[in-house]
Amino acid sequence: MKQLLILSGKGGTGKTTVASALIKLSNAKAYADCDVDAPNLHLIMAAKTDPERRDYYGLPKAKIDPKRCTACDRCRESCRFEAIIKDQDYKVDAFACEGCGVCVAVCPVNAVTLNPAVAGELMLHTDKNRVFSTAQLKMGSGNSGLLVSEVKKQLKTAAVQTELAIIDGSPGIGCPVIASLSGVDLVLIIAEPSVSGLSDLERIIKTAGTFQIKTAVCINKYDTNRRKTAQIEDYCRENEIPVVGHIPFDPLAVEAINNGKTIVDLECPAGEATRRVFARTLDLLLMDSQNSADAD
Amino acid sequence: MKVAIPVEEKTMTGKVCPSFGRAPYFLIYDQDTKEASFVDNSAADSAGGAGIKAAQMIVDNKADVLLTPRCGENAAGVLQAAGVKMYKTMDESVADNIKAWSEGKLSSLTEIHPGLHHHGGK
Amino acid sequence: MRVAVLSGKGGTGKTLVAVNLAAVAPTPALYIDCDVEEPNGHLFFKPENVRKTEIGIKIPVVHGDKCTGCRQCVDFCQFNALAYIKDHPLVFEEICHSCGGCVLICPGSALTEKEKVIGEVQMGRSGRVTVKTGILNPGEASGIPIIKQLLTACPAEAGHLTFIDCPPGSACPVMESIKEADYCLLVAEPTLFGVHNLKMVYELVKLFNKPFGAILNKCLDKANPAEEFCIDQGIPILDRIPFDQELGRLNGDGLIAARESEHYQEFFAALLATVLKEAGGAP
Repeated sequence: MKQLLILSGKGGTGKTTVASALIKLSNAKAYADCDVDAPNLHLIMAAKTDPERRDYYGLPKAKIDPKRCTACDRCRESCRFEAIIKDQDYKVDAFACEGCGVCVAVCPVNAVTLNPAVAGELMLHTDKNRVFSTAQLKMGSGNSGLLVSEVKKQLKTAAVQTELAIIDGSPGIGCPVIASLSGVDLVLIIAEPSVSGLSDLERIIKTAGTFQIKTAVCINKYDTNRRKTAQIEDYCRENEIPVVGHIPFDPLAVEAINNGKTIVDLECPAGEATRRVFARTLDLLLMDSQNSADAD
Repeated sequence: MKVAIPVEEKTMTGKVCPSFGRAPYFLIYDQDTKEASFVDNSAADSAGGAGIKAAQMIVDNKADVLLTPRCGENAAGVLQAAGVKMYKTMDESVADNIKAWSEGKLSSLTEIHPGLHHHGGK
Repeated sequence: MRVAVLSGKGGTGKTLVAVNLAAVAPTPALYIDCDVEEPNGHLFFKPENVRKTEIGIKIPVVHGDKCTGCRQCVDFCQFNALAYIKDHPLVFEEICHSCGGCVLICPGSALTEKEKVIGEVQMGRSGRVTVKTGILNPGEASGIPIIKQLLTACPAEAGHLTFIDCPPGSACPVMESIKEADYCLLVAEPTLFGVHNLKMVYELVKLFNKPFGAILNKCLDKANPAEEFCIDQGIPILDRIPFDQELGRLNGDGLIAARESEHYQEFFAALLATVLKEAGGAP
């Protein structure tokens, strides 16, 4: 199974808009939304049936038994995450607690325990021979990287025979992005032609580079700032990163998304441009297997 | 020599488990005494670092060799440091893989995949 | 008065709003960029006299000669960041959560800690604004320690205005960023995704008992789902920024609209006055 991951660095550049269009164009039978903090793909790729749901348990959370606590303060002193609060009683701030167990270890009277905690919900849509894996992180939970890994694992397990999986990623460069990168064959970065966009692009490219994953760039809303678009092209050329296409700013595209449709579900300039992006991205994905086939 | 293999079920005729870190059980086979024992993989439901914990189990069970379809870089780090040799399994039963290994037919596992950097952090 | 600017969805205009509000503040203001993964505020302010401070986290170091092989560290670690091979533990740094537990637990002092640099805080000035930026090094998992550092010594006294530019989303980095806020300004855009994510930060600010209000960005002359949501939920709408190509261009070129255009100077000054009134605190 070849994995295509859509990232951006900067938020709001059009990951989900492009990802949903690519899924439609490729008729991909397996896709996932790894933006577990704020998933949006399901708003476009609405499934006809209800997904299988299961609770996702992240790391445990500490709990202090007020009856046993002697208020010695050792737990609060040792907690590196400022997760122990001294109120009337000593309490654990569940949002800050990382489940490391230090408080349990240092408590002289065994007043602290680690308890399982639901950190989110995994959802798997399997209908019409396609598999859509997504999840929602519970508000206040950490472990987003782990949940992202679960979303991908769920996809792989359910879609064993599929050739292509398309994954909609999250903004940023931290844990959830890093977790989504593993095992990916190609990262398509949706760039925005602005000062912020270029700065963020450089950082996400560096991050993908740290993990030695092949990247390509698509410039969205390119006509809103042609100078910055040219700068992005220069940057990509200098760093030998293929630019697979330019998508124009298109009010029709915005309307399509707002109506829960992909931008290739109607005739519009953005949709047309995305078809070309799709063709070039596919070339890049397949080029790899061509090369490795030759090398054998 | 002791050989370890990740398995789905506690039988010699079952297939090798596709995952190393989260396999439900490991088969530990003693080539000299021909004894086979199955151990539960405590790493299977770890939040993170499953590969490392599973590799620790292999080392603690004094296996000299690991037969597995794949292995992550952190687990590989543990195994290599401990001197455990890794070989790539075929898509056959556990018993067939052991036989193939003893006949020198399995190749070394050289493809180590990057860790599924769980972090578990924020 | 500390105002946090957040949105849920990326790209709605958090930095636009936070930067411009700080720029029009009548008294010396502090702008803190807590989007340490992709910080942008400094690109607009171009601060001068920048001082940089490295931020690190503590990672265990093994002293094999002191190790007795008790393995308590390996057994303790909830994250499986330690393995015991041959005769001493091995540390897996990327998995380590820096909790310090193994060091505490080791009966023989075989574990000490070293600092691993994960990023930096930069501090400089732009006009009357002190600009504090957090930057996470690419490849590192979590910017939370940097956000924590950014928000220490965050003046809450009267007379000081602080604007906290938050990361997108509503997970831990955002929670950390709004912890010290007196007021939360939610920036919303009129799209399907925008509203979906607005709902999440709305839940978040309620959960944290923060006073809040919304500002609607990129408004067009048509039905605005974000506006409908705010009205529905009783979220005060402080102002509306119409969709404006010129504003987009200024922003896209890394310019502070309030410093380039009289219109936007007035606009953001008025918005600031509204925010301060809503937040119930004169500076």
